[in-house]
Amino acid sequence: MDRVWVLAETGEQGPTALTLELLTKARTLAPAVEAVAWGSDTASIARALGEHGASRVYDVGDLGGRLPGAPVAGAIANLVRDGERPDAVLLPASYDGRDVAGRLSALLDRPVLTNVTGLAEQDGSVLTEHPIFGGTKILHARFTGEGPGLYVVRAKSFAAEPAGGAAAEVVALPPGDVGPTGAAKIVQRHVEEASGPKLDEAAAVVSGGRGLGSAESYALVEELARLLHGAAGASRAIVDAGWVPYSHQVGQTGKTVKPTVYIACGISGATQHLVGMKGSKNIVAINKDREAPIFSVADLGIVGDVHKVLPALIEALKSRT
Amino acid sequence: MHVVVCVKQIPDPAVPGALDQGTRTLDRSGKLVMDDSDSYGVEMALQIAGGVDGSEVTLVSMAPGGETSGLRTALAMGAARAILVSDDALSGSDALSTAKVLAAAIRRAEPDLVIAATESTDGYTGTLPVQVAELLGMPSVTFAKGVSTDGTTLEVDRQTEAGYDEVECPLPAVVTVTAGVVEPRYPSFKGIMAARSKPIDVLSLADLGIDPSDVGARGAREEVVDVADAEARAGGEIVMDEGDGAGRIVAFLEQLKVI
Repeated sequence: MDRVWVLAETGEQGPTALTLELLTKARTLAPAVEAVAWGSDTASIARALGEHGASRVYDVGDLGGRLPGAPVAGAIANLVRDGERPDAVLLPASYDGRDVAGRLSALLDRPVLTNVTGLAEQDGSVLTEHPIFGGTKILHARFTGEGPGLYVVRAKSFAAEPAGGAAAEVVALPPGDVGPTGAAKIVQRHVEEASGPKLDEAAAVVSGGRGLGSAESYALVEELARLLHGAAGASRAIVDAGWVPYSHQVGQTGKTVKPTVYIACGISGATQHLVGMKGSKNIVAINKDREAPIFSVADLGIVGDVHKVLPALIEALKSRT
Repeated sequence: MHVVVCVKQIPDPAVPGALDQGTRTLDRSGKLVMDDSDSYGVEMALQIAGGVDGSEVTLVSMAPGGETSGLRTALAMGAARAILVSDDALSGSDALSTAKVLAAAIRRAEPDLVIAATESTDGYTGTLPVQVAELLGMPSVTFAKGVSTDGTTLEVDRQTEAGYDEVECPLPAVVTVTAGVVEPRYPSFKGIMAARSKPIDVLSLADLGIDPSDVGARGAREEVVDVADAEARAGGEIVMDEGDGAGRIVAFLEQLKVI
C-alpha cells in the first residue's frame, strides 16, 4: 500500500487517543499517511498529527454546528472523486467516526469493515482482525473489490507512539455540499460532570451488573472505584435498565477498557461485555453463579454474594488508610 | 406521520452462535426472533406515532425463508403492517448490500421518520442505518437517548463522549436509538391476536428492481479469510466465598501494587 488516510477526531486536549493509535498503525501500513480533520482550529493539532506520522491534514473546517457525518464524508468522497486515491481509510469506532464511515461507504459504494482490532498487510491486501463470539474467536477478513478499503477500528487496538515527524501540512478541504443529508444540527451541548479518572483511562475499573439487584447498590461499585482511585463502569444490562447513564457502559456498544485491574461485580459476562474488558491486565470477578462466563476470563474469581463481598472489601480498604 | 422501524430477525441470542462451515458467515438457519435491540425502536415509534394524529408505524425487515416470527412480535406491540424482503439470492450479503435492499424497501413506504437500533445484536457493524440514510438522501442522528417531534422537526438528545448534545433535524430523517431509551411494552393477548391478521408484504429482489448479482454472496466485496480460536486467558483461581472473599481480593490487589 502507498497511501493511507486517517479520520482524525479532536477532543478536549488535541487529537483523541484513538486518532493517534490509528496514525501509528497507518505508518506501518504505508509510506504516505494523511489525516482528515474538522473543527475551528485544526492548525492546533497539526503538530500532534505530524508527530504521529501524518504528513498532511485535510481540514474540513468549522461545520457550524452540523453533525460531522454527512459534510465530512462528503468532503472525503469529493477528494476521491477528484482523483485522490488512498488505498485505505481508517476511521475511529466513535460516535462520529461511525457516522462518517456509513456515509462514506454509501457515497463511494464501498463496503466497510467494522469492529477491527488488528490490521496487517498480506500479499498486497490488508487482513483485518475481528473478535467474535465475545472474543473467544478471532475472524480474519479482507476486501475483495476495488479500493479504498474502509476500516472502522476499535479503541486500544494499537498503542500510540510518536515518530518525531514535523507538523502536518494543513490543506483546506471544503465540506461536501450534501444538501438535506447534512441538515442535522447541534443546538446545545451538555457536558456531564464526572469526578475521578476517565473510564477508558483509569488504572482500576470497578463495574457493576444485574447481580447488584438494584440501582441503589451501584453506590457500592462507585465507592470501591473511588477507594482504588479508579472509575466506575457498568454492564449493558443495567444501563438498559436505567440504573446508570450510558457513559458508564463497558462493552461492545460502550467503552473498551484495558486497566491494570478490572473488578466485575455481579456481571455474568455476556459476549457484549467481554469484548470491552477482556484486554484488562488483571480481572477479578464476584458473582454468585459459578457457571457465569465472566469466570472464564477472571484471574481471581469469588463465587459469592456481591452484597457481602463488596461491603467487606470497602471496609478492608478504608481501614488501610 | 408515517414512521418506519427497521427490525432485524436474528438467531436466538440465548443459543450459542455458530458460523456456517462453508461461507463462515453467521448461521441463520435456525429459528429467528426479533432482535431485542429493536424493541426500543418499535416502542419509540409507537410513542411518536401516538403523539401525532393520523400516524402509522410500518416495520421493514430482511430475512431468509420468509421469516416473520420476529415481525409478528413487533406487530403485536402495535405496529400496523410490515414489509419483508426475502430472497434466496440475499444470503451472504454484506452490510452495504443489505442497506441498499432496505433503502429500496423503505423508499416505497415513503416515511417521514425511519428508526433503527444503534447496532444489531448478532452482526453489530453499526453502520447500516447511516448507509440507509445516505442512500435515501436523508439526514441522520445516531445514538439517540431521547427523541421527540412535532411532525416537521426532530429533536434528539444524542449521546456524546462528554455527555449529550441537543440536535435538531428536519424530517424526513433517520434516527438510531440506544437500548434502554424507552421501556418496551409487552405485547398484550389482544395485540398478539390482532398481529396474526396484520398485513406483511413479502417482496423479492425483482419486486424492488435489484439485480441479484449485486447483492448476496455474489455481490459481497469482502470475505472471511479464516476463523481461529482467540488466545485464551490462563485459567484463574476461582474460589467459593467462605467469608474470606474480600480478604483474597485485598491480597490480590496488594500483589498487583494497586493498593
